[in-house]
Amino acid sequence: MNDLFELFQYNFFLNAVGAAILASISCGIIGSYIVARRIVFISGGITHASFGGIGLAWYLGLNPVFGAAVFGVLSALGIEWISKKTDVRQDSVIGILWAFGMALGIIFIYMTPGYAPNLMSFLFGNILTVGALDLYLLLGLCLFTIAVFSFLLRPILFVAFDEEFARTQKAPVQFLNYLLIALVALAIVLNIRVVGIILVISFLTIPQTIANMFTNDFKKMIFGSIAFGILGSFIGLLVSYRINAPSGATIIFAFVILFVLAKLVQLVRLSVKRKSVVSNN
Amino acid sequence: MRKILELKSLTAGYEEKVVLKGVNLMVKENDFLGIIGPNGGGKTTLLKVILGILKPMEGEISPDGSERCNIGYLPQINQIDKKFPISVKEVVLSGLMSHKKIFGRYNSDNKQRAEELMTQMGIIHLKNKNIGELSGGQMQRVFLCRAIISDPQLLILDEPDTYVDSNFEGELYEILHQLNSHMAIIVVSHDVGTICSHVKSIACVNKTLCYHDSNVISQEQLKAYNCPIDLITHGEVPHRVLKQHK
Repeated sequence: MNDLFELFQYNFFLNAVGAAILASISCGIIGSYIVARRIVFISGGITHASFGGIGLAWYLGLNPVFGAAVFGVLSALGIEWISKKTDVRQDSVIGILWAFGMALGIIFIYMTPGYAPNLMSFLFGNILTVGALDLYLLLGLCLFTIAVFSFLLRPILFVAFDEEFARTQKAPVQFLNYLLIALVALAIVLNIRVVGIILVISFLTIPQTIANMFTNDFKKMIFGSIAFGILGSFIGLLVSYRINAPSGATIIFAFVILFVLAKLVQLVRLSVKRKSVVSNN
Repeated sequence: MRKILELKSLTAGYEEKVVLKGVNLMVKENDFLGIIGPNGGGKTTLLKVILGILKPMEGEISPDGSERCNIGYLPQINQIDKKFPISVKEVVLSGLMSHKKIFGRYNSDNKQRAEELMTQMGIIHLKNKNIGELSGGQMQRVFLCRAIISDPQLLILDEPDTYVDSNFEGELYEILHQLNSHMAIIVVSHDVGTICSHVKSIACVNKTLCYHDSNVISQEQLKAYNCPIDLITHGEVPHRVLKQHK
């Protein structure tokens, strides 16, 4: 227990805790939208497409986060636009962008002279090296996301639920769709720093899926996802410290354990409910 | 009676494919129009044009754009994502979207109106349930509440009688008759037997549109406009014997 308190004396650990909380909040909100809207695959495409931006920024000597942000947002808007304006199948476009982004990233990294140590942390993330700039960016993302969802919760929910009906009611469907897909891209890109490209998707889907087991209310699902996100990332951080394993991987591992536990709780509750229904009749 | 919508020599379709050609239609207040026609005949396309979600290729709609009257819409329920995390209450409230600015809040009057409607439709006890927990008939009631909460001048229903039992079907048309006193109604259906005994006029859509200003329609008329339709219904359905075509 003592060495747990000792951990909080380290700046890097405090930063990691802050990043985990901020990531849980932004991913909790955006992920609830992604899961409800069934656009997990789109999110995966954006995540991998942004790797192309990381590679390019690295090659040009710029901050990789900005490269990723530009690629991520452009590919997100591109996917939204292509699926609306042309008759190309959306999932095929995502598959192409997914592969192209990764390929581009790898090519640029290999063309850059010298060793590229930080790129591994973009692939797998390293929450323990999060700096002040990352924290400010995450904080900004959180505040913006909270603002968007508190002012526009109902329009967002209604358009996501039944887009065609929203169109018949002259709701600003296109504006909301573009705004949200751009927000999805930003959330992905900024959170890549915390858990990495490979694992950001789980931050956006596993806590939400757990929350969705206990509630069908979109608002409660958001709060539940944030809570499960924080719980899972704390457990993951501690385990990572104990067994000296990469934190991104242990956080995801903790999420999956929580998911399995939640599924068990749900099954038990369901069978109890069934028994009481049968005995009451 | 006041005219609320008019289509003039309208052509509509997708990409290269023309689905509707030279369609003329006028809807006046208190109209109760049934739209029938074969699958692929253009019923849905016609609805999309009227609803303003598909731009016609040629012809005109008046009034157009933001001038278009307030329309209530009940879509086919198989197009709804039943796993979506949204409660019945929220679905009903979403019918007020056209009345709200994007940042508009939903006040207690709106919520009270939603509760009144749900009470009328006998679904008030379901208001906090998730939409996916409901039966087909209950779901139709919810979507009907959503369609009429904004007090539209025109109510459009796309195949409201699929996925519901004949019990609810009778109830539905009773509700529609009441609503018809203060709004025009357009119903799309493949069940000619039922629709003909309730509506005031019929439009047969199969690439072109043929308007009949009564709810009596003969087999010959149907054949002439190439509308092979199933006239068989089940159970105690109100029916009407069709006149011979002269």
